[in-house]
Amino acid sequence: MRNVYADNAATTRISPAVFDAMLPYLKDEYGNPSSLYRLGVRAKAAVEEARRKVAAAINAEPGEIVFTGGGSESDNFAIKGAAELAAKKMKKHIISTAFEHHAVLHALSHLKKQGFTITLLPVHENGLVRPEELAAAITPETALVSVMTANNEIGTLQPVARLGAVCRENKVLFHTDAVQALGSVPLDVKAMNVDLLSLSAHKIHGPKGVGALFVKKGVVLANLIDGGSQERGKRAGTENTAGIVGFGAAAALAAAGLEERVKRLTALRERMIAGALQIERSRLNGDRINRLPGNVNLCFEGIEGESLLLMLDLKGVSASSGSACTSGALDPSHVLLAIGLPHEVAHGSLRLSFSDENTMEDVDYILEVLPPIVERLRVMSPLWDRIQLST
Amino acid sequence: MYTEQVMEHFTNPRNMGEIPDADGVGEVGNAKCGDIMKMFIKVDNGVITDCKFKTYGCGSAIATSSIATEMVKGRKIEDAIGLSNKAVVEALGGLPPHKIHCSVLAEQSIKAAVSDYYRRRGIDPLPIVGEIHECEGCGI
Repeated sequence: MRNVYADNAATTRISPAVFDAMLPYLKDEYGNPSSLYRLGVRAKAAVEEARRKVAAAINAEPGEIVFTGGGSESDNFAIKGAAELAAKKMKKHIISTAFEHHAVLHALSHLKKQGFTITLLPVHENGLVRPEELAAAITPETALVSVMTANNEIGTLQPVARLGAVCRENKVLFHTDAVQALGSVPLDVKAMNVDLLSLSAHKIHGPKGVGALFVKKGVVLANLIDGGSQERGKRAGTENTAGIVGFGAAAALAAAGLEERVKRLTALRERMIAGALQIERSRLNGDRINRLPGNVNLCFEGIEGESLLLMLDLKGVSASSGSACTSGALDPSHVLLAIGLPHEVAHGSLRLSFSDENTMEDVDYILEVLPPIVERLRVMSPLWDRIQLST
Repeated sequence: MYTEQVMEHFTNPRNMGEIPDADGVGEVGNAKCGDIMKMFIKVDNGVITDCKFKTYGCGSAIATSSIATEMVKGRKIEDAIGLSNKAVVEALGGLPPHKIHCSVLAEQSIKAAVSDYYRRRGIDPLPIVGEIHECEGCGI
């Protein structure tokens, strides 16, 4: 049986080149980057080389990169770090969107309990934020705006540069979670008008447990971890040298192959979407054009996502869903609800996310096994009977 | 996350389908919560001679419906209404905590079908079967 890993938005396989780059730092190059002898100096040099590579991938300066323990940590650092200092100036309003990653939304709920006011902008049916609605939401108390570059579920790409420009005009800090965007769309922190930008290594064939926050020169955040002087004292603790080196290698690969990757993944995506929409009562979630090249998010009426995933898994296909059952929650994905899908439609969602490792044959295989699975589940479904009776 | 028995019933569901001339039909759950179970029973001489299901829902919703049909088929109606969600869970070798809800739906769907059977015969099912809890998750 063919195995197709189509859940690259969840995580990716580490690339062999990245693995090779990391290995020495898990074995003989074990020095502490803060140490003065050569073993430590070499480790420090490796961390700084990785910093240059990550910075180059987003057109930032190396000094603007703070390594963290991953995307969620970067989001928390950006939001709580900015909020803590803003609160001292009595600026206690933050604007974000209804479909951010939970790392952002839950950090905001935490701040809400501490007296912050949170405005969540609508993302509309196409999953896009409107710059004029952002402009209208900004008040003199607004400390921070956080809008993700690319949504992790439906892959929609926000007009980040325009949103950033609105923030600049109003002298409000602008953070964007670009975890899903790195390696899939061009990222240029200067052109995007961002002050803070979150990244993660394991979404780009790097290791898990390492990420970064771009902090624009001159922007000050409260310390994330107090302790030693690592990461300019912002995030203390001995560096995860191997992880950071792996991130650097992965970021360089992500940036180098970008143009070619976008072309290849877009072709896979378009074939997948066109094929899947042949299925009766199916729909594509999120804007058709402004979306990640490797993201496909569909809904099939009358069926539930978890059983769809289990059946796909039995055919060797790894994918994900926004159904309530897949998360153990009562409600389906907040992202699908935010774009206005009714609960019963959102329960039947399927996300396929492709990377460099996928081929057109993978897409064709999914298109071969998917329709009979949807059909099989619909034959079992009293909801499907009802949908057909009502039309 | 699922036991072999759950996956077996999910992959090869028993008694899936409808009984066109059923003596009782029960439906519980709702589309909003992501699961609907519909049970059909055929009754002869106070014995459930046939039982079929149709389910919209997750893997464990399908598996619990499937095993519930097996557990009531051939049993006297008064035994069938004694089918507990615990028995369904045990028969499947356990369910993850957040899926216990599905076994409750399976139990309730059988009870709903039996209630319908009594109602069709002009008998008030409430004192015999008790109340049907459509969806204990959201209280609908």
